[in-house]
Amino acid sequence: MSNEENRPSMPSSQNLTAPVAGGSANDPRIVSRRWLLFKASIALNGIVGVVLAVPILRYFFAPWRKDASFNSWVSLGAASAFPAGETRLAFYKSPSANSWDGQTDNVACYVRSESANQFSVFAINCAHLGCPVRWFPQSQLFMCPCHGGVYYADGSRASGPPERGLFTYDWKIASGELLIDAGQMPTLSNSAKLVKISAAQGDCSCSG
Amino acid sequence: MQRLKQTTSRIYDWLELRLQLEAPIKDAALHPVPRDTASWWYVFGSAAFTLLFLQIFTGILLALVYVPSAGEAWSSLNVLNHQIPLGWFLRALHGWGSNFMVAIVFIHMAQVFLFGSYKFPRELTWIVGVFLLLMTLGMAFTGQVLRFDQDAYWGLGIGASIASRVPFIGGGLVHLLLGGPIIAGATLSRFFAFHVFVIPGLMLLFVFVHVWMVLKLGINEWPMPGRLVQRATYLDDYKRLTHEDGIPFIPGAFWKDLVFSGAILAAVAVCAFVFGPYGPSGQPDPSIIQTVPKPDFSFLWIYTVLSYLPPEMETPFILIAPLLAIAGLLALPFFAAEGEKSWHRRPVAVLTVSTIAVCWGVLTHLGTTTPWSPHMSAWSSDPIPVHHLQSATPLVRQGAVVFQAKQCRNCHSIGGAGGERGPALDDVATRMTIDQMRFKVVTGGGNMPAYGKNLSPAEIEGLVSFLETLHPANEPPAYDASRRAVDGEQPPANSAPQPNPPASGNSGR
Repeated sequence: MSNEENRPSMPSSQNLTAPVAGGSANDPRIVSRRWLLFKASIALNGIVGVVLAVPILRYFFAPWRKDASFNSWVSLGAASAFPAGETRLAFYKSPSANSWDGQTDNVACYVRSESANQFSVFAINCAHLGCPVRWFPQSQLFMCPCHGGVYYADGSRASGPPERGLFTYDWKIASGELLIDAGQMPTLSNSAKLVKISAAQGDCSCSG
Repeated sequence: MQRLKQTTSRIYDWLELRLQLEAPIKDAALHPVPRDTASWWYVFGSAAFTLLFLQIFTGILLALVYVPSAGEAWSSLNVLNHQIPLGWFLRALHGWGSNFMVAIVFIHMAQVFLFGSYKFPRELTWIVGVFLLLMTLGMAFTGQVLRFDQDAYWGLGIGASIASRVPFIGGGLVHLLLGGPIIAGATLSRFFAFHVFVIPGLMLLFVFVHVWMVLKLGINEWPMPGRLVQRATYLDDYKRLTHEDGIPFIPGAFWKDLVFSGAILAAVAVCAFVFGPYGPSGQPDPSIIQTVPKPDFSFLWIYTVLSYLPPEMETPFILIAPLLAIAGLLALPFFAAEGEKSWHRRPVAVLTVSTIAVCWGVLTHLGTTTPWSPHMSAWSSDPIPVHHLQSATPLVRQGAVVFQAKQCRNCHSIGGAGGERGPALDDVATRMTIDQMRFKVVTGGGNMPAYGKNLSPAEIEGLVSFLETLHPANEPPAYDASRRAVDGEQPPANSAPQPNPPASGNSGR
């Protein structure tokens, strides 16, 4: 409807400037019917656009949620399975897993059992850029294959580019099982506040 | 024959009456271009255009088989590689086409920069080109994710870690990037949508605008030293140049574009055939941690930068440097819209391009060798050269065992084998006294962890005894003068002292 109105008016934009019976072209009281309808149709589409944008943006930003809403307590198995004084690789299924995730929701973490029922649970992801760190029980170090970050057995930073120690999970024991509060990939934006940043060990590389 | 001609002509007329494309196509094909621009330097833009369409064409063919699901993508890539006839070749064409496209787009940019093409009135052509460059890199990264293997998985982890460093909204950005709290099915789905719909759609639109402006404003004339661009006169000058000394675009300049595009396509095909497709490497299972993730070629330089930046500079650099670089590129035509075009009179431009090229080359080379990464299996796979241990004392041998077993080898090489994170230790005894080595092992420093808590005193004693034997036969180990006074020993003779004589040499054998 509005198209039909507009088409003839396209070449006749000088209508506005041409003298119109009953007033000059610059008279603000004169409004061409075609231009009024054209502007009204633009306004209509603008309103519809805004109304549509609300649900579309809500849909698009659906993953943008509070950290806590992703987390839940997941089991790493019997607490007694982790011998005291050792650090073991453990796995859990992500609490937000979908059937089409394939193997990507098998998440790994390191459990360090300091003594009976006393644990530290470290994320596998290097605090630098998230690569998987590897545990070397012989030297009691975690090493990252990407940029050479190294951590001590207690997760504190030993050397390399990371600015802080390994990310940790909160843990608890229920019915003899070791549970951790997990659900999202640990990054500086969601886990940094949980751990005190340990002072860097060693001195500047240029002084030695 | 005559009838066939008539029929063809009738069909053509029928179409032309409706499409009315003849006039604009003739205009585009025959528009005059400056004679000098029929040059081999002007072929990169059309080659990038050709490669874009190669990527779209091969991408659609791959999409006939590929399954964009985190659970199935990796298997479908292996089916493409091993079961579909020539599926490997199509994957290789797409992968190598991507490499060539990134390279050609950068070369094109360097060329138009050095030729001053971004100056008046082609500022917007340059700006649209900057966005096309960013989208090309976006395609390279999202494409690497679609090859859903271990490198893709951990590459996403690196992307998420970078996004997480953005102040205040970092957490939300990570969730938006991954489509949820972890790298999973939703992540691949959204990268598929971006790689296949969003970015290519925008690219086609931008390429259309880019080429439209090249046709409307004319190709940049060959820059002559001293011929300055001035807003008031340029358009008339250019018109005179093209109409008085111009040649029609087709065939005058176009045949070189065609030859180069054909050669590039052939080069992509040869690389695809000889080197084959990229991966997929191991399956994208985050519980398999025996992996050494690495980005694709185009992003190796970033990988290097991230390892060499001091920690405190990393976040500001990652977040600010790209924005500054993009802002600089976008602002360039507004700061330098007039003036000299020729590289003969623009030393800063030439230095900028050559500095960036050299830096990029060095950083990429370092990214392929990654000297900063520990060699994760060196401690168990690289033996100590036998001559270091022949006739060694039990303590020294015990020290060699400590050296291997405690992963020192992952960062330090001996005899050319082992990590390069720390210095090679073949002649460490000439650089450090035994006390300095003991101190370094116990307290660490620089990029070395402190081993004080992780080694027993006996292990440390064995280790430094072994390290003290690591010097050339004809060069004495470092010896602390004050220690000499304490020990009341005679200063060592000029000939090499031999704390562990038979084991001391590695260069004399």
